[in-house]
Amino acid sequence: MIHASSQYQHAVVIGGGLLGLEAANGLMKRGMQVSVVHIGPWLMERQLDEPAARLLQKSLEEKGMKFLLQKQTAELVQGESGRVCAIKFKDGDSAPADLVVMAVGIRPNTELAESSGLHCNRGVVVNDTMQTFDPRIYSVGECAAHRGIAYGLVAPLFEQAKVVANHLAQHGISRYQGSVTSTKLKVTGIDLFSAGDFMGGEGTESILYSDPIGGVYKKLVIRDNKLVGGVMYGDTVDGAWYFSLLRDGKNVNELRDHLMFGQDHCGNLGHSGINKAASMTDDMEVCGCNGVCKGDIVKAIREKGLFTLEDVRKHTKASGSCGSCTGLVEQILAVTVGGDYSATPKTKSMCGCTEHTHEDVRAAIRQNKLLTIPQVQQFMEWDTPNGCASCRTALNYYLISTWPGEAEDDPQSRFINERAHANIQKDGTYSVIPRMWGGNTTPSELRRIADVVDKYSIPAVHVTGGQRIDLLGIKKEDLPKVWADLDMPSGHAYGKALRTVKTCVGSEWCRFGTQNSTQMGIDLEKAFFKMWAPHKVKLAVSGCPRNCAEVAIKDVGIIGVDSGWEIYVAGNGGIKTEVAQFLIKVKTEAEVMEYSGAFLQLYREEARYLDRTVHYVERVGLDYVKKKILDDHEGRKALYERLIFALSIEKDPWVERAKEGKFAQEFASLTV
Amino acid sequence: MTQWLEVCDLTEIPRLGARVVNHGALAIAVFRNADDEVFALEDRCPHKGGPLSQGIVHGRKVTCPLHGWNIELISGCAVAPDVGCAREFPIKIEAGRVWLDPVAAVSAAA
Repeated sequence: MIHASSQYQHAVVIGGGLLGLEAANGLMKRGMQVSVVHIGPWLMERQLDEPAARLLQKSLEEKGMKFLLQKQTAELVQGESGRVCAIKFKDGDSAPADLVVMAVGIRPNTELAESSGLHCNRGVVVNDTMQTFDPRIYSVGECAAHRGIAYGLVAPLFEQAKVVANHLAQHGISRYQGSVTSTKLKVTGIDLFSAGDFMGGEGTESILYSDPIGGVYKKLVIRDNKLVGGVMYGDTVDGAWYFSLLRDGKNVNELRDHLMFGQDHCGNLGHSGINKAASMTDDMEVCGCNGVCKGDIVKAIREKGLFTLEDVRKHTKASGSCGSCTGLVEQILAVTVGGDYSATPKTKSMCGCTEHTHEDVRAAIRQNKLLTIPQVQQFMEWDTPNGCASCRTALNYYLISTWPGEAEDDPQSRFINERAHANIQKDGTYSVIPRMWGGNTTPSELRRIADVVDKYSIPAVHVTGGQRIDLLGIKKEDLPKVWADLDMPSGHAYGKALRTVKTCVGSEWCRFGTQNSTQMGIDLEKAFFKMWAPHKVKLAVSGCPRNCAEVAIKDVGIIGVDSGWEIYVAGNGGIKTEVAQFLIKVKTEAEVMEYSGAFLQLYREEARYLDRTVHYVERVGLDYVKKKILDDHEGRKALYERLIFALSIEKDPWVERAKEGKFAQEFASLTV
Repeated sequence: MTQWLEVCDLTEIPRLGARVVNHGALAIAVFRNADDEVFALEDRCPHKGGPLSQGIVHGRKVTCPLHGWNIELISGCAVAPDVGCAREFPIKIEAGRVWLDPVAAVSAAA
């Protein structure tokens, strides 16, 4: 074709579909005069509705392409040279042609299937398990007609093949229910996107946006509050977003009013600062924690001459609490100060007290066997006499986690919750959450809790999401007495530590349970009890794939299945909702312990202070974690052993304080 | 006229820490830094009333445990750009004993 395009003038492309138009565009760019012959009333009718196709036709015509619509080819006329010279249509018209390109789509070759007696109708007809009318014969790919559609793309073929593989292996659970495909046309200067059922019809509603002068057309098709299809021309920025809504079958009822205007107008979905700062209005809230609007930030940047994220944080408090809007604040900063914006350096120092990064400091602690905070600060030439609230807490964790049993815990470098072993509340009182192994409790524990609530006039009792009981509004001086009377282990709800291990009742009680998830949870919780970590750590164990213990949003989540246990890691249910990723499936409880423990120790040794497992795994990648935990058997065992050793040194802080009288001064006030 | 009241031994206050001293209904936070200097502030952050005594002490500052404001121990005032001051009280060490005047509050704003 390239050769012909350099020698001849007239090209005719038969077929105004995706491939035909891309071919026509290519030939035109090589200098040929191109006519596209199309049997349908408009172009790309499998991907576009009529209005979108008209806009496409118009812009291609402006580029010089000619169209002959609703024309059926009668014959190709041979010229004197023996080469084609023209094309004749059934209605008697003709067009000059030195090159004819046929791009008329896929037509399954069903000859063999039909002669063997298989039912065919524009392809070999298959059911949802990809079986033909003879169940011993399967059919996939371009030749198979599934629910009347023969897919010409590779993605549906893979989906179909997976179903067949499952079926052949007698895992008869998966069915092919059709694919949702999306299309983009690869022609420069033309933005076009289409997906799903873009034509609509009975039972659907369409939202339309049409700007013929501006050359923008959008149509979204909704059925039962779900996006089922769409076509866009001229502005396809949100195509990927629509496609993900469509594919995931998300309920769009609440977004409906804004849906047409794209993702940027649909609020801060998922809280990750994905909105585009420039398009926000001044009264739009940026930081949901501290109620800071875009206007506040822009004003502070202009009036106070701010240039860094840190400055904006200090002055406006935006992105200073949970941090989920950091990206957005950075964008606003960049937009507002323009070229003067100084982005956060790639290697970030620990805090304002030092130039060193978290990684530098950890390495120095390990290599030089530094055992105290002043040693680290002196060795690494800290800029401040004794650090700040941010670096001291991090250093304390790095020291005790690197040198368990050798580095001494420094209470004055612990945030108050970890110093008092209870959670400080807004009025200066504390809350206490005793540990209930795997969410199990007993009548005598509940009686003791009730008695403690009465005895200390505790104003509020709350059932937590982690299957425990929270006692709120306790005076600090009462804490050791409360712990003594409760006579239950510390729940560490106050710490960057192992919090809860949530479980379901599993095979002991549940008619669907396949494994004893409760006992597995209790075993994990007892094994990892007292574990300090870079941030809080939550585990869960479900006894079957129904997953009542919400494993998918935990740092380590275990799902019991009939043949063993699936281990998922790095899920998160907080600021950043992230679904845990599958790590491995194991057979025994001992393996669950070792793999989970090794993963947690890896996180303890390598994550930056205040990074959750989700942040850590996002930074190093799941492949790296797999290499360390799955491939390196010696390494995994060593990690697990280091964790068990570190935990063997830790004591229950409530027992120490309630029964051994340790740190009594912390809880006693003075009087003058 | 300063009314000095004896509080405790210096060693009863943890280094880089604090104790709460009650005087009637008034709670005063008494801090000791790494250089054994002592400071006394009303135990209320100017921001939202957080107990400063529970914060982390560094240099001559304390970080409030509730929302992380940094307060100057010498003046009781918030580190810029935050604005506001906690009441500050006269305090001294004599022969290893800590003395405090809980009445003569110094208004740093004045």
